[in-house]
Amino acid sequence: MSHASVPAGKYNADNPAPHHFGHHFESAEHEFSSAKQGMWLFMVTEVLMIGAIFVGYLLFRLRFPEAFHEAHKELNVKLGALNTVILIISSATMVLGVTAAQRGNNRRSIGMLITTIFLGGCFCLVKYFEYTHKFHEGIFPGGLYHFEGLTVPHAPLFFSFYFVMTGIHAFHVVVGMCLITWIITRIKRGQISKEFFTPVELVGFYWHFVDLVWIFLFPLLYLLG
Amino acid sequence: MAHTAEAHGDNYLNHEKGLWSWMTTVDHKRIGLMYLASVCFFFFLGGIFALIIRLNLMHSGHPVVDANTYNKLMTYHGAIMVFLVIIPAIPASIGNFVLPMMLGAKDVAFPKLNLASYYIYLAGATFACLALFLGGADTGWTFYTPYSIRTGGGVILVIFGAFVAGFSSILTGLNFIVTIQKLRAPGLTWNRLPLLLWALYATSIIQVLATPVLAITLVLLIFEHVFKVGIFDPALGGDPVLFQHFFWFYSHPAVYIMILPAMGVISEIIPVFSRKPIFGYRAIALASFGIALVAFIVWGHHLFVSGQSELANFVFSLLTMFVAIPTGVKVFSWVGTMYKGSIRFNAPMLYALGFIELFTIGGLTGVFLATLAIDVHLTDTYFVIAHFHYVMVGGTIMGFVGGMHYWFPKVTGKLYNETVAMWAFISIIIGFNLTFFPQFIAGTEGMPRRYWSQLPEFDLWNTLSTVGSWFLLLGFLMVAWNMIKSAKSGPAAGDNPWRALTLEWQSKSPPPHDNFGPTTPTVTHWPYEYKGANV
Repeated sequence: MSHASVPAGKYNADNPAPHHFGHHFESAEHEFSSAKQGMWLFMVTEVLMIGAIFVGYLLFRLRFPEAFHEAHKELNVKLGALNTVILIISSATMVLGVTAAQRGNNRRSIGMLITTIFLGGCFCLVKYFEYTHKFHEGIFPGGLYHFEGLTVPHAPLFFSFYFVMTGIHAFHVVVGMCLITWIITRIKRGQISKEFFTPVELVGFYWHFVDLVWIFLFPLLYLLG
Repeated sequence: MAHTAEAHGDNYLNHEKGLWSWMTTVDHKRIGLMYLASVCFFFFLGGIFALIIRLNLMHSGHPVVDANTYNKLMTYHGAIMVFLVIIPAIPASIGNFVLPMMLGAKDVAFPKLNLASYYIYLAGATFACLALFLGGADTGWTFYTPYSIRTGGGVILVIFGAFVAGFSSILTGLNFIVTIQKLRAPGLTWNRLPLLLWALYATSIIQVLATPVLAITLVLLIFEHVFKVGIFDPALGGDPVLFQHFFWFYSHPAVYIMILPAMGVISEIIPVFSRKPIFGYRAIALASFGIALVAFIVWGHHLFVSGQSELANFVFSLLTMFVAIPTGVKVFSWVGTMYKGSIRFNAPMLYALGFIELFTIGGLTGVFLATLAIDVHLTDTYFVIAHFHYVMVGGTIMGFVGGMHYWFPKVTGKLYNETVAMWAFISIIIGFNLTFFPQFIAGTEGMPRRYWSQLPEFDLWNTLSTVGSWFLLLGFLMVAWNMIKSAKSGPAAGDNPWRALTLEWQSKSPPPHDNFGPTTPTVTHWPYEYKGANV
């Protein structure tokens, strides 16, 4: 697409380049709505992907309810709740960042996006402490589990799901932080304007989706007894 | 090739020059050709493995490879043919080339993503092939647990390769859905949409919805190796049957990712070479979606003998039979189209007829296997092998090769040699039936699949089958030779040698870089208004 041909240095966040839409589209609006549709479809694939692990979780939960009940007590509800709050706030800052970009207020947008990355980093930090604490106690997934404090049969399976589900989620958070960094550099290079903010909006979609997954993970893993 | 093409002016082949211009192209036509070359390469590779497997089974007591090598060959034949050949064959190569042109569009909706899909496919293929040199994999292409957890590390690379290649499939499907939704030329209403596009749309839905489930299943399987998560490992309280459910939740719909595009190709070829409007246009279009829908609720028929509940067996058996209805609608509509038509037996039509014959046998034997009592007897026998080869080779590959001949003049601007094409087809159709029909008989007599050595009582069928595989090789080599030679020095084809009415034939052959030049085509009629031999 055309933005690649913008000469470096000429445009910046305050003076963005004019947008030329792809030659196979009729208008910028046409291009934008197509990109949005593509992103929605991608979200659907993510739902199916995460959905399969949820099905596995439910299946084993029904099969070994006692083990899952006992094992979930080992999780730190306070840290989980803290992370939930962090992600909800990050969704709010993301919305503000996207709206600012849509209105052409690129400086404000950059500020909000940096805050979002910061909150994502906080989430990962909390997760890091949770994980290392578990490892320290000997709580590992499945076959590597050697925690003395909880010996209910099949409890290690609960932690397999815990680590896989939160691990895949955390991976998505890190990818999201990289994507936000990418759109910040694009804003700084003057490639985002009131007329063209597709990447910002789509990364916003993604970020909200990742938050939404956590909204399901938190009660399923931490709260449900 | 570029030199003679210049005589016809600027086209997508000479628009830019050099290897780098191909590697960085975002032109859907070039990406389609790159997929075509890769798919053909892997078809050749997977085919060699198949030939060795057949040679090994030719005479009982005379193996040509040892048992461990045999298991690896069998795994590689399956994994390469499924993930790297049949799934991308028609959508990613022919579909990439033809889909935007049939829509009257300049490109797919996301051209860069399209190129990325290709490189993701290549990366997946590279990982899978690396395993060849690192111990290999011997699980069969289905990677069933717990064996796939216990066997050597080479299998991780193959699993990772299939995982990566899956994303290529997802992104191609996503790209096609948005392209069909958003980039139709003025006047191209849904009721005027060519049937190949209906089929590709239905295929794309399956790719987008089913592939992610395989992706996560393969990730979990890798985690079984690396982190011992135990979800699929009975020794750790996990459930190997859950793996089978997850695996087939993708891999059964994947069968329709393979066959629906071929049905689309056949739906284009038959009216053109019968010079008659397609019979049951709307029924064929809806049948594609019917098949896609049913595709998602029949996976349990792969688990009839895996300890699934009797109720589940009964329900999945019944649902599986429903597949026969939309499929039958299509077959009868094609036959109805040919009835009293002015049929021309050019190579694409020969392959379409071959498709109908072979696919009908493959489809009907599928109904046998859907029947519970019969399936218990036939499970894990060569009957199953014969059944799915009739569908996948007899169906998908026939459609693929038929489509390659049909669009050859558009892609290259040349005509292929019709006589060579006819003899190649004869060799393939004889070879195919000789290879796989005896397997039906051997299967009903109890010959087990996947075994390295077979009993002498099956020698007759095994020998026939192996001889048949040589005719298949001969036929496909003739096709390849014909294509390569004709692309270099075939006679000029003209823009529309078949007098077809879909939009891609209104462009030049080979098409210009932006498909239709400065004018956007406008559609005023249905693409199947054929009115007899001369119109």
